[in-house]
Amino acid sequence: MRTLFKFHGGVHPPTNKTQSTRTPIAQAAIPSKLVVALHQHVGNIAKPIVEVGQRVLKGQMIGRPDGRVSSAVHAPTSGIVTAIDMQLIAHASGLPDLCITIEPDGKDEWIARETRDFRTVSHTDLRHLLRDAGVVGLGGAVFPSDLKLYAKQKLKTLVINGAECEPYITCDDMLMRERPADILKGISILRELLHAETVAIGIEDNKPEAVESMRKAVQDGGYEGVDVAAVPTVYPGGGAKQLIRVLTGVEVPAGVRSTDLGVQCFNVATAYSAWRAVELGEPLISRIVTITGNVERPQNFETLIGTPVNELVAQAGLLPDTNGYIMGGPMMGLHLPSDKVGITKAANCIIVSSEKIFPPAPPALPCIRCTRCADACPAELQPQDLYWFARSKNFGKAQEFHLFDCIECGACGYVCPSHIPLVQYFRYSKSEIWMRERESQAATAARERHEFQQYRIEREKQEKAERLAQKEREAAAAKAAAAMTATPVATEATGDDTLQIRINAAVERAKEQAAQSASTATEPPKE
Amino acid sequence: MFTALLVMSAIAIALGTVLGFSAIKFKVEGNPLIDQVDAVLPQTQCGQCGFPGCRPYATAIAEGQADINLCPPGGEDGIRKLAELLGKEFKPFGEGAQPKPKSVALIDENTCIGCTLCLQACPVDAICGAAKQMHTIIAAECTGCELCLAPCPVDCISMIPIQTNTQTWKWEYPVFPIAAQ
Repeated sequence: MRTLFKFHGGVHPPTNKTQSTRTPIAQAAIPSKLVVALHQHVGNIAKPIVEVGQRVLKGQMIGRPDGRVSSAVHAPTSGIVTAIDMQLIAHASGLPDLCITIEPDGKDEWIARETRDFRTVSHTDLRHLLRDAGVVGLGGAVFPSDLKLYAKQKLKTLVINGAECEPYITCDDMLMRERPADILKGISILRELLHAETVAIGIEDNKPEAVESMRKAVQDGGYEGVDVAAVPTVYPGGGAKQLIRVLTGVEVPAGVRSTDLGVQCFNVATAYSAWRAVELGEPLISRIVTITGNVERPQNFETLIGTPVNELVAQAGLLPDTNGYIMGGPMMGLHLPSDKVGITKAANCIIVSSEKIFPPAPPALPCIRCTRCADACPAELQPQDLYWFARSKNFGKAQEFHLFDCIECGACGYVCPSHIPLVQYFRYSKSEIWMRERESQAATAARERHEFQQYRIEREKQEKAERLAQKEREAAAAKAAAAMTATPVATEATGDDTLQIRINAAVERAKEQAAQSASTATEPPKE
Repeated sequence: MFTALLVMSAIAIALGTVLGFSAIKFKVEGNPLIDQVDAVLPQTQCGQCGFPGCRPYATAIAEGQADINLCPPGGEDGIRKLAELLGKEFKPFGEGAQPKPKSVALIDENTCIGCTLCLQACPVDAICGAAKQMHTIIAAECTGCELCLAPCPVDCISMIPIQTNTQTWKWEYPVFPIAAQ
């Protein structure tokens, strides 16, 4: 039995998970069109490699990873590419981004899939496979998984995150209940790549079925050193840093990679899709999405990436008094700008909201500095101070108080008796600081380019002057050389004689010319 | 009394030597304030301040020969930072020197005759082209200084305001109603 540790703070919001776990995972129907965003991972946007009008097969790569930190995007079903343009995506800004629209042909025709045993593939090839299959962290952070699979030294513990601490979300729970053996196969791949000694699977104790199912699969598969731990239910116990702390006791400091401390963390769904990508040759083209909230039949759907939210929600039975859609959980999720945006790899849950489920927040009152937020903060920050600095735009001070350690879990705002939207202030401060950093980098680059331009102009001037001087010197040298060659001729001949001869010859020529010109002038033209 | 005089002058000479030596040894090249002011300026090199670039303007500010409110690309934030750095009062922009939205230049490639005049005007070498060849702007390096607009004989350069996208977007300052008492 593993010794469990505790992290600071945390809250206990109502979990609301039972609604969507009553029925097994359903296969969502292929929608009328798929809007696949090219930027659904951390890093550079994928480069489109298909053309409008082209027929694509299920699993065909349509966006190539661009640069090191990037991931591939694939066609979720076979069909025709009808557009590559800017469309609204599931992003907090509500701004459009580049998307590929595919009209499915209903045949669901796969590309050639290569099945393989991961033990026969080299580690480098495995990482390339994962990158080209577009496998990213499915817990919500969507960080390219291949980049997390480099180990400088042997890893002590591989933490597998099945905590799923946010209210309403049950996609990982259902995945662990229904497909535990496949998850474990995926974990073996990750474990192999990281040379991990032990594996700790953390599942919150409000999911006893998932814990049971995973334990059974570990036993049936005969896995050594894999430990399924039921961790206490407390939000945000599913945060990577928090779960690592609970399972291993290691506290990951700011700016340090957890691999350097011998720990790495992956979500269960990521492990599952890593297995599909490597052993079945199926890229990440679908994920399990919880549809819950204001619907008739809350349920989990195996959904193709790019399925428009409205078509997906309709399959769960949309109720009439809907007033919006939240992607993710109620604590950290974002309000979708439209119900037509496509499902992305980050979309673990769509909560259909209504006034009854999420009544409008009561108006904010002034901060009374009760420090309840500090008691709840899992990152052990002082949100009441950070709030003050953010409000007064004192960003330097906010950074001194470790603003960037904030994981934006929203526990502070949840306990605030004055209902201050604290996380909004922290997000604002962070993005403002990032923007200023970008600006100062741009200014430095511009300064360097300007200085180089001035240096270049100066250098060109100098080179020109040098060339001119060189020419003059050459001319002078040529003159001197001519003089040098002229004098020996003069000395060789017998002095005055040659000079006289030359003068006479010149006079002779002049006379001849004069005579000629005179004759042409005097003679009348013959006609 | 004579000893006292001798001692005092010896001390004076010794200290004088030390001071004189350190003045040579630890001499600060240039005015460090210029660098500090230059770091605050946005480096667009646009010359809207009336000086031929950010560095000359920084020099003029450091020497007290120019006002701190002459740099529209720096915005009011820039003036505030300069005021703080120099211990001066904030001064709003004068008439006709209001900041414009950030933009980049765009060359209409159908009209461009390849005269290279804009090439020579660009302070950050952000235009790519050659004589009688079409020119184009390297948008990532363009500071939006507008110095290429005037020399163009066919007026084929226009300024395009930069649009926010999902990567450059930032969260707004939270505004929400406070409960009335």
